[in-house]
Amino acid sequence: MPDLGTYAFEILMSYGISFGLLGALVGASVLQSKRVKVALQRVENNG
Amino acid sequence: MKALLLRDLRLAIRAGGGFGLGLAFFLIVVVLVPFGVGPDADLLSIIAPGILWVAALLAALLSLDRIFALDFEDGSLGLLATSPLPLESVSVIKAFAHWITTGLPLCFAAPVLGFLLHLSSDAYTLLILSLLIGTPALSMIGTFGAALTVGLRRGGLLLSLLVLPLYVPTLIMGADAVRRGADGMAATTPLMLLGVITLGSIAVLPFATAAALRVNLR
Amino acid sequence: MSLWEYANPKKFMDWTAPVLPWVAGSAALCLSVGLIWGFFFTPDDFRQGSTVKIIYLHVPAALMAINAWLMMLVASLIWLVRRHHVSALAAKAAAPVGITMTLIALATGALWGSPIWGTYWEWDPRLTSFLILFLFYLGYMALWSAIEDPDTAADLTSILCLVGSIFAILSRYAAQFWSQGLHQGASLSLDKEENVSDVFWQPLLITMIGFGLLFLTLVLLRTRTEIRMRRIKALHARARRA
Repeated sequence: MPDLGTYAFEILMSYGISFGLLGALVGASVLQSKRVKVALQRVENNG
Repeated sequence: MKALLLRDLRLAIRAGGGFGLGLAFFLIVVVLVPFGVGPDADLLSIIAPGILWVAALLAALLSLDRIFALDFEDGSLGLLATSPLPLESVSVIKAFAHWITTGLPLCFAAPVLGFLLHLSSDAYTLLILSLLIGTPALSMIGTFGAALTVGLRRGGLLLSLLVLPLYVPTLIMGADAVRRGADGMAATTPLMLLGVITLGSIAVLPFATAAALRVNLR
Repeated sequence: MSLWEYANPKKFMDWTAPVLPWVAGSAALCLSVGLIWGFFFTPDDFRQGSTVKIIYLHVPAALMAINAWLMMLVASLIWLVRRHHVSALAAKAAAPVGITMTLIALATGALWGSPIWGTYWEWDPRLTSFLILFLFYLGYMALWSAIEDPDTAADLTSILCLVGSIFAILSRYAAQFWSQGLHQGASLSLDKEENVSDVFWQPLLITMIGFGLLFLTLVLLRTRTEIRMRRIKALHARARRA
């Protein structure tokens, strides 16, 4: 861990927020993709 | 063309057409501001140009959804689309009618309200001038937004979300011209840029408006 | 065989399926290499101290926020001219990614601004332009979700994207006219002497590539989801007719 000095809060916050937002975006995209894939399979098998 | 313009004006002035509503809204917003920020005359005279422009913008926004909504519901918009008049001209005329019923009255009401806000006496001509140059752009951009949302049942809120970001350049230039006037500086540059925005909007947006209308009438 | 054949939905699904994991993998690789290098193995700037580490998030996110809009613009044009459904769906898929990038750029910028400029927010032209860009993304996404018929929605959002692009550029220059900025001039152009030094530039380049690949991954993934959703809708409609 590098020494961040007085600015540790700002730096860690910006990394935290960025990873949080990116994680949420990736998570939502993957989750939606999986759900839709399953739904499509179900519809195609029925029809 | 003239017939359509006259018809729109007559519809707007008739009761329930919303004429005067925008003006009253403008008045109320401007009167509310001193209650919010306090009666300090120096402070009010500093923020007066911005308040007047923002209030004018909101007042213009208020009547936008009526531009096409009624014609769309009773089918006359479909008739207009099949008439020999191209939809591009129709949208310019609609914007022009909207400007005459909201933009033009605002230009004349603004100096009176500027008086209430202790607007610096050097700025009055520029206030009227900048509103005269800038409000046509507001009407034209608003007409475009109205064309985008005409097919939606509850498009009013969405319309403001779409249109307000498009108003930013007009607002910046308009308010800046008045502010420069109040500070006793030359305001030719912002006024000319304001003119550029207005003329550019009138040149480009009718095509986008007509395209949006055609999609919505499909 | 033309380039446009790759835009056929079936073809698109076929060629993206094997490509996607590779793109995702290289995005993850670039991001982790770049960010770890940047965070752990770069020295502090002699004036900005350790806050310079925020650059590895701020600059790539800002870059992708603008490029996402550009990509939406191109995709909208393709939809309006050639009526490729995949193109319209790709524009729709890119918007949430773009708005997230804009948010990251704004948030990291605020956090970076507080120690360096002494304020979280200032009406600086670039900050203002990004705020306006954020509003444009919001309006664009709201219009997509408000319209039921997918083709109408694609048409109207494309028109909005074109007009919005013009006004976004106008706003940017209007904002520049309206307020003097705090941002430095160009620091990444190739021929300037006051560029950031190589120690920061190398990991930054890698994170920029990483953000670009991440954007590509997410857009491909989300476009595939949109295509599948469209297919479900079509199958439902067919079942109802039968």
